[in-house]
Amino acid sequence: MVETLEQFLPHPLLALFIHAALPMVIVFPYVLFAVWLERKVSAHMQDRLGPMRTGGWHGWSQTIADMIKMIQKEDIVPSRSDKFLFKFAPFLAFMGSYAAFAVIPFSSEYIGAHLDVGAFYILAVTSIVTLSILMAGWASNNKWSLLGAMRTSAQIVSYEIPTVVAVLSVIVATGTLNLMTISEMQSGTIFNWLIFHSPFLFIAFVLYFISSLAEVNRTPFDLPESESELVGGFHTEYSGMRWGMFMLTEYADMFLVSLLGSVLFFGGWNSPFGDFMSGPIWGVFWMISKGMFFIFVMMWLRWTLPRLRVDQLMDVCWKYLIPFAFVNLVLVALWEMIF
Amino acid sequence: MDLYVLFFYFFALLTVISAFVVVFARNIVHAAFALMFTFFGVAALYVLLYADFVAVTQLLVYVGGILVLIIFGVMLTTRMFSVEMKTGTLNILPATIFTAILAGILIFVFSVTDWGVVPDQEFDTTVYGIGTLLVNEFILPMQVAGVLLLVAMIGAVMMAARERSKSQSK
Repeated sequence: MVETLEQFLPHPLLALFIHAALPMVIVFPYVLFAVWLERKVSAHMQDRLGPMRTGGWHGWSQTIADMIKMIQKEDIVPSRSDKFLFKFAPFLAFMGSYAAFAVIPFSSEYIGAHLDVGAFYILAVTSIVTLSILMAGWASNNKWSLLGAMRTSAQIVSYEIPTVVAVLSVIVATGTLNLMTISEMQSGTIFNWLIFHSPFLFIAFVLYFISSLAEVNRTPFDLPESESELVGGFHTEYSGMRWGMFMLTEYADMFLVSLLGSVLFFGGWNSPFGDFMSGPIWGVFWMISKGMFFIFVMMWLRWTLPRLRVDQLMDVCWKYLIPFAFVNLVLVALWEMIF
Repeated sequence: MDLYVLFFYFFALLTVISAFVVVFARNIVHAAFALMFTFFGVAALYVLLYADFVAVTQLLVYVGGILVLIIFGVMLTTRMFSVEMKTGTLNILPATIFTAILAGILIFVFSVTDWGVVPDQEFDTTVYGIGTLLVNEFILPMQVAGVLLLVAMIGAVMMAARERSKSQSK
């Protein structure tokens, strides 16, 4: 892909830059769409209509209008805050989130960086988002922000363990950390997807999905910004586009864990019908559709389940998810040895 | 200029400058956050040395684990109890002597070492090699490291459990 770009462009650095910016072309429209979808899904689940006026058809341009409004807003920085860290945190958050998209194979022809340690890299680089949330919470000089940031770091550090072990189950079954190779191994029909590989990988997927919800702070694990207790959590003091950057990161993170889940368990860019509707362009279509499906499930859960309490959150992780994940990992390995 | 060289100088500067900030920042939280860039720069240098697995491990262990814990601890001590923690200059004489000795040793090692420069080679997979070595040749060190971590974990749980039973008995 980079080589093709280099043939048309005057400088290799420019080709690299464009190659690196390609996921942005997917992520930005996706975020605008997902925020609108979240409003629509929540509205319909509560027997409302949601945004209906902006743009005509079902308020489709509501989030575009919101984004333009946010850019115009005054940039408010609290006077007793740590100015530099306060201003820097939103950008660091999106940087950490976007860096992980580098190893997502969007199609059989496009992957940002062909890393052999892709799955491992994603788990490592997303920890920058945790740091940026801590930075934002501390720099705001606000009790609610700090409490929200504390909860985030405790939550993400804990739930990282079941996530890693669930991903490791897939690695044990496939024998590679390269996400492109994992996608290629699942080509063929729907029954070649890893979710149907063994019953224990199905359990691994359930564990992955639950703990990834906690990793991206979605309900029922959205304690870092629980409105009823902490006003807005770590981004209480943020407004305008800086707040918008945190929103962008949150939605990009949701997309990231959904895409990773579909690569690891649901065949990535492979078509479910074998050779029908498959190819590099269809690959992008399938990848995004699979990602959007899990995004929809996340929204569905958000308006269905109540939020957990802090101690329950830790109980779920340490007493249930982690033991289950480790036993399941051993069973996956045994299955691979026997069959 | 060669892209490789450009990237090397960028990340080398990032590492060194942020390391200076870690040492000279008066605000301890600023120092902790600057440490993130140091770790990140070191990881990038590993990538430039074709050690992808080590680079990602560096990110996961230092940025994702250790740094989050450091900042967690630092945040609990400052601001929350409105005590500004500043680093002061203490023990100038012993510090100077030890730093001079350490710098001497480092410069000595730096000048004695035979810096074998590997010519540009294709990016090769390192994961399989590391994995095979870990479970064959270096199985004992790996197991010992695992036991060490287990002991540390049990120790932490013991300490936490003892404090809990004390507070319950009150």
